[in-house]
Amino acid sequence: MRTVDLYYLSPEISLSILAFAVIILDLFVQRKGWLATVSLLGLFVPTALTLALWGVRTTAFNGFLIVDEFSLFFKLLFIVVAALVILASQDYVSKFPRMQGEYYALVLLAAVGMMLMAASGELITIYIALELNALSLCALVCFLRDARSSEASLKFLLLSAISSAVMLYGMALVFGLTGSTSLRDIAAGLVPLKRLLDEPALLLGLTLIVAGFGFKISTVPFQMWVPDVYEGAPTPITAYLSVASKAAGFAVILRVFYIAFGGMDLDWGMLFAVLSAVSMTIGNIVAIAQSNIKRMLGYSTIAHAGYLMAGLASVSALGIGGEFLGPSGVLFYLGAYAMTNLGAFIAVIAISNKTGSDLIADYAGMARRTPALAFALAFCLISLVGIPPTAGFVAKIYIFNAAVQNGLVWLAIIGVVNSVISAYYYINVVRVMYLRPAASEEAVPSTMALRSALLISVAGVFLLGILPGPLMRLANIAVSVLPVP
Amino acid sequence: MPELAIWSIFFLPIISFLVISFLLRPFLNDKPRLSGYLAVLSIAGSLLLSFWVLSEVINAPGHRLSLPDHEWAMVGNLTIRVGLIVDSLTAVMLIVVTLVSLMVQIYSQGYMHGDPGYHRYFAFMSLFTGSMLGLVMADNLIMLYVFWEMVGLCSYLLIGFWYHRPAAAAAAKKAFIVTRFGDLGFLLAILFVVFQTDPPTFDIERLHSLAVAGTLGGTAITLLALGVFAGAMGKSAQFPLHTWLPDAMEGPTPVSALIHAATMVAAGVFLVARMFPVFEASPQAMTTVSVIGGVTAVFAATMGLVVYDMKRVMAYSTISQLGYMMLGLGVGAYAAGIFHLFNHAFFKALLFLGAGSANHTTGTFDMRFMGGLRRYMPWTFATLTVASLSLAGIPPFSGFWSKDEILLETLHKNQALFWLALVGVFMTAFYVFRMMFMAFGGKYRGGASAEHVTQHSAHSHALHESPPVMVVPMLVLGVLSVISGVVNLPWSFGLPPHWLADFLGGEAAGFDVNLAGTSSLVAALGIFLAYAIYSARWLSAERVGKLFGPIYTLVYRKYYFDELYEDLIVTRGLYRNLSFALDWFDRNIIDNVVDGMAWLGRNVGRPVSRVQTGQVQVYGIGISLGILLILAAFIIFGR
Repeated sequence: MRTVDLYYLSPEISLSILAFAVIILDLFVQRKGWLATVSLLGLFVPTALTLALWGVRTTAFNGFLIVDEFSLFFKLLFIVVAALVILASQDYVSKFPRMQGEYYALVLLAAVGMMLMAASGELITIYIALELNALSLCALVCFLRDARSSEASLKFLLLSAISSAVMLYGMALVFGLTGSTSLRDIAAGLVPLKRLLDEPALLLGLTLIVAGFGFKISTVPFQMWVPDVYEGAPTPITAYLSVASKAAGFAVILRVFYIAFGGMDLDWGMLFAVLSAVSMTIGNIVAIAQSNIKRMLGYSTIAHAGYLMAGLASVSALGIGGEFLGPSGVLFYLGAYAMTNLGAFIAVIAISNKTGSDLIADYAGMARRTPALAFALAFCLISLVGIPPTAGFVAKIYIFNAAVQNGLVWLAIIGVVNSVISAYYYINVVRVMYLRPAASEEAVPSTMALRSALLISVAGVFLLGILPGPLMRLANIAVSVLPVP
Repeated sequence: MPELAIWSIFFLPIISFLVISFLLRPFLNDKPRLSGYLAVLSIAGSLLLSFWVLSEVINAPGHRLSLPDHEWAMVGNLTIRVGLIVDSLTAVMLIVVTLVSLMVQIYSQGYMHGDPGYHRYFAFMSLFTGSMLGLVMADNLIMLYVFWEMVGLCSYLLIGFWYHRPAAAAAAKKAFIVTRFGDLGFLLAILFVVFQTDPPTFDIERLHSLAVAGTLGGTAITLLALGVFAGAMGKSAQFPLHTWLPDAMEGPTPVSALIHAATMVAAGVFLVARMFPVFEASPQAMTTVSVIGGVTAVFAATMGLVVYDMKRVMAYSTISQLGYMMLGLGVGAYAAGIFHLFNHAFFKALLFLGAGSANHTTGTFDMRFMGGLRRYMPWTFATLTVASLSLAGIPPFSGFWSKDEILLETLHKNQALFWLALVGVFMTAFYVFRMMFMAFGGKYRGGASAEHVTQHSAHSHALHESPPVMVVPMLVLGVLSVISGVVNLPWSFGLPPHWLADFLGGEAAGFDVNLAGTSSLVAALGIFLAYAIYSARWLSAERVGKLFGPIYTLVYRKYYFDELYEDLIVTRGLYRNLSFALDWFDRNIIDNVVDGMAWLGRNVGRPVSRVQTGQVQVYGIGISLGILLILAAFIIFGR
């Protein structure tokens, strides 16, 4: 270990210190509102450190961690998402009698796990980072400590244990065949094995790894935990799970498949294409039948995992500058989706804070009871459908374009048809809010913190919708570090 | 000059719009004056910057400043960049737009005084000006189209400013919908560009060079030019899309002044000028432009002869004058067309402000109830006379010089259109002085009260000149109406001869004494006839009207265009047939598809979600099955 490695790891280190500082602070302060403030302000330190590292391309800790624009892009994304989640949690958390410090600390630690996932260049590190993230989230899911929340947490724990186990099997097999856990060395070790199918053990290993990651990004057929956990978890945590956790999963998949399995004689692009089509179709169709908005958004994230995988499938689509359209599409989509989905969930938090219900039917007349919240939610839902002028529209255009450039016209068509299907249940919520008479005319108040979080995400959705250039350029720079498969 | 300063030219009014809408109106609603001051201040800033740009452009090599453009979006291999084009055309337009807008906004301080929508008015006016400024500076078709639509939107908002009046609401809707037909053509042209250029480009200067080099040629360039011209026809109210402009009079008068002089309608002529190399590459497109322009010039003038509403006279006059500009562009007299746009902006703004001033005191726009205003409103009368002489094309007023250049160029290119245009000159002189004699000559005929009550009770003691805040802008525009021709005189007069033509890079039209004499004489005849009928009353207007009987009715009913569009095409054609067909389609096909989706949701979604038992064992089995499925797929299909 070199001392400079600590500098490369400084965003994660500072974030961990912040997490523990918040727990300790919890012991001393009476006004618990300070905890959120400290967490938020504290996030500026890792942000600054991450920005300071921009442009550095190196490895640390003997190649265990990779420092490049790709990992920094994700680190910034996770910091932004964590900040918005904390901002949106303030109100929610104030209802807990105890352990508010732990709540914020766990949110931050989950972020550390995700940042490590995006940065790791080696299988064991990936596994540890993934567990750090999963366990933190697992604890957060049961924070309400009622029956639903505990059940959700237990399910999440068990299933994530199963998927981790499966993934470890896969990693072990890959290690056994190549003699290394480092992604780069795996690629080198795979060179003698000409055809993957001649090596059933490797095929099995790869499949098991896909299953483990598939759980993280909640793709069909590893998606079954999603609706139950989403429904039971505290809503800010649901938002966190749906946005950041998924993004971390995609970061790891891009790294592993482009670096370790990139040169392999196997069409893993087609695997993702098929999973993509199945995932978006099942997610959307089942979402139609939902009456609970959190469950509905749960199925919708399965569908969005499908759209995102269309980007993974577009392996050989290159732009004019030779940039990878598929992966950069994934990165852009993740950014756009983060803003959109957070916005939607924050609006849901604000509304259910007052009404105490997550049923779509109880959103009737919200447009009159709280015009601003209803508008923000409607705007985010429109972005989820993919209608301009929103981030969702640009993201879908970008990713479907990558699929078409890759020759996956059928996948793009399925994607567009699915977008139309999704309009049915997203717009249904808008319809209920604007056209159904309200059960009560009582106004729905919201706190400053929630309103500012909502404003930030809606502004993000709108800005990315009309000015996508800067984020696109960042995404292109980030994916330029990936080797050509 | 710093790039930011140039961007600020249109940022300033837009910032003013944002501040008024989001700060002043919600928080300082009781201090409406502030928004007026802010709007004037911001546009004054733009005017100063525009003069700076003009001086920079005059000194720049090739009369253009090169500015970096910025990446806006990438879609696949199509990169859309945004940037500004600052050349001689932009510089001239910037001066026209900011100068006229400034005068109009100062004048509005008086005209709109006490209106409950004062904040809203100045917010929209700022946005209107800002959009137009963005339009003239846009360096690519996409950005231009965005501002083009914003100009359309603002005109809708301002024409319908008094939205509680049904006529205003209808007029706003009409302006929006009619121009939409033209915009459709423009949009198709933009989409067409994508398929005709490789790599796809929206950059205007690049399109110019493609057109000049002939890479883009033949039918493609004709279609492109015609599409663009369709957009220009809508905005510039060219025949047969002219019907919206007379109705647009329902907006506040300063809005009309802005629309008619500098913003909305000028956008169409500007667009043709901006894409001029593209038009030049297609003789068919040029012919279309000149014929539509020439026909519009006379066609609109005939309707101006018979209406009694002062503002509508102006409206037909604008359509007609825009026709002259198009005619000029169509016969290749690029510089002359822009020169006329330049002069027209000042005298037409003045004519509207004058009409507004007359209305301010009489309460009506109907000239039959005005009369004698010369005595009560000397300043208004004096400035309006100058503007009218300029419009009629009497030397040495500015309108004469530019109209004469267009006529001369038309004479060289197309004899038939020349005679048509000359007839238009006669009508123009007649209708504008008909208006002057009716409104300002003779005795006062009662104003608004006489319009509604049959008995004549002349409130002449109540008549007064408008306040200085309204008169001063009129004076400024009056001076400009006299001298703005100086920029392109055939002789050296402070500036080199044909300075504007040189600056714009067009050919100087020259000067023909015989033609100038003829057209002046024709205009003088028009004025004389108006004098004979409406002032000296040697001829009775009614008698003349009867003499032409059916033709008079035809013209007075605006050639039945409104009836044609609204009754025949919209009601009978669209509503009765197409709408009914679409309604059937909607009910039977679309609804069934949607119901089918719902059925799918209920009947497929439910069983699938039933697998979602909540049992964690089932979920575990699901994961295992998933792994097996993927493995099997690999083994079976992977070979």
